[in-house]
Amino acid sequence: MQTGDVTRFAWGALCGYPTRTLLMLLAMGIGVAAVVVLTSLGEGARRYVTGEFASLGTNLIIVIPGRSETAGISPTTMMGETPRDLTLDDARALTRSYSVRRIAPLNVGSADINWRGKQREVTVLGTTHEMLAIRHWELSQGKFLPATDLDLATPVCVIGSKIRNELFGAQRAIGEWVRLGDRRFRVIGIMGSEGRSIGVDVQETVMIPVASAQQLFNTPSLFRILVEAKSREAIEPVKQFIIDTLQQRHQGEKDVTVITQDAVLATFDRIFSALTYAVGGIAAISLIVAGILIMNVMLVAVSQRTSEIGLLKALGAAPRQIIVLFLSEALLLSGLGAALGLLLGELASMLLRQLFADLPAHAPAWAVVTALLVAILTGLLFSLLPARRAARLDAVLALSRR
Amino acid sequence: MISLEQIHRDFQVGDQVVHALDDINLDISAGEYVSIMGPSGSGKSTLLNLIGLLDRATAGHYLLNGEDVTTLSDVEQAATRNRRIGFVFQSFHLVPRLSAAGNVELPLILAGMPAAERKARVAQTLQALNLTDRAHHKPDQLSGGQRQRVAIARATVTEPAVVLADEPTGNLDHKSGGDVINILESLNQRGITLMVVTHDAEIGDRATRRIKMRDGRIESDTQADADR
Repeated sequence: MQTGDVTRFAWGALCGYPTRTLLMLLAMGIGVAAVVVLTSLGEGARRYVTGEFASLGTNLIIVIPGRSETAGISPTTMMGETPRDLTLDDARALTRSYSVRRIAPLNVGSADINWRGKQREVTVLGTTHEMLAIRHWELSQGKFLPATDLDLATPVCVIGSKIRNELFGAQRAIGEWVRLGDRRFRVIGIMGSEGRSIGVDVQETVMIPVASAQQLFNTPSLFRILVEAKSREAIEPVKQFIIDTLQQRHQGEKDVTVITQDAVLATFDRIFSALTYAVGGIAAISLIVAGILIMNVMLVAVSQRTSEIGLLKALGAAPRQIIVLFLSEALLLSGLGAALGLLLGELASMLLRQLFADLPAHAPAWAVVTALLVAILTGLLFSLLPARRAARLDAVLALSRR
Repeated sequence: MISLEQIHRDFQVGDQVVHALDDINLDISAGEYVSIMGPSGSGKSTLLNLIGLLDRATAGHYLLNGEDVTTLSDVEQAATRNRRIGFVFQSFHLVPRLSAAGNVELPLILAGMPAAERKARVAQTLQALNLTDRAHHKPDQLSGGQRQRVAIARATVTEPAVVLADEPTGNLDHKSGGDVINILESLNQRGITLMVVTHDAEIGDRATRRIKMRDGRIESDTQADADR
């Protein structure tokens, strides 16, 4: 028997029972679509979170004052409780490594911003011009903080676009003087709309030079130091360099916590990957169910078409040929169902992407391939039994049944 | 060409053994026209199925063209059935979703013949049976007589040496039954060995050799007058 003929015969048999075939295609399709949609959701969430972290900066190392007994992030490290402060001199010392590309000290506080009687409370970030490159931020207007010495308290500020809109409305903001707390600053730049990162909405912050912030908040200490390593490979040496340098500077006390963004990123990556595997696995159960349905349907087909099987035997079909015919039918059924499911699933994840623009809901390739393979394999596996039953039918008995 | 030696076929029914065929010895030469008659349960259908390799003998030897086919494997038997034997059934056994041409094509598909060659053979066979204008009709669009003609086309498209007909007129009215018998007889005149199982004495008596069976044994085996 030729392959084309087998396919045509199986196709004819499927078309002969349209309701049954449609229902089976639907069962298989829903199974595959479930895997595709659920894994694309998981993958979308993973990509969303890792994307958010990547927007914090690449090859980033964060130095936090204070140290908890166990490594990692704990409430105390977040609060920054420490016997010794991180100072601008500490920050300056960290630039003395070849592997460090740039650093940005960071001071955070809140203050009232004031312009011609309009006032609101804002988050104030004290930092340097390096921050723009480290965080991959973009300006929409003007310039960022000037590249001056860290100690120089220049009275300039860069404001978020939301603050600009609220304070200045349609009026020109660049060049205007605003009051922050008890000091005056000249607006030299506006942040672009891109530039949102976890925890901080850049649009609602005001950035001033770090020395100005220290004066404004009357503190010599820093909230964080962000360090960007030259390459991914340099992250570990730089981390060690930071720990050693700061230990020397702090009279031998290891009183800082150094977090690499990679570690955080890897953790989230693992969590979301595990989540994706889990939901994919759960969805795959529906494929097995669909496989069992196929077995059921094929068993019914064998008893419905007993006389046809008898006839095929009388016409000279060997048992193998009968098995091949029924397996092809199941293969066609599960293959088409899988294709239908893939189509449905991709459409659904496209819809998800339309509805939630932030969520890159693409089903990962491994999930698609696995879903298709599992669908086709279960279809084949579960129709082996019915096909063998058909092949073993006694021709005389099969023909005598009407 | 068909030679049965001491053929037995026993069935187990409950705890009883039924001798459907009991020591059958029969020789049929090529081109013969044989009718098998007898009451229900006399073993005539079992005999036909056995000759058609659909059934296996419990004991004895069956030589087809001098070859012992009782010892062949399932696969070899299937191939022999496909090439040498054509079946015509009482209830036609056409596949309802296939057209007349599709049904006739089936044995050629199973034999693995290329499509172009198949189409030519099918068209030729359908034409010989006056079915060309019915080629694309489904079985349920055909009359009983037409269906049986399609079945005969299917049985002969492989150009078998033997055609076995089991009550070919059983589901047909008198006229179309007569047509079907005429067609079968014309096949026989072209040299095909024809065996017809029937209840109908009128049809049975048209054969040149008449075998009567009773209780799994051959009761009588008579040759019609040579002048008929």
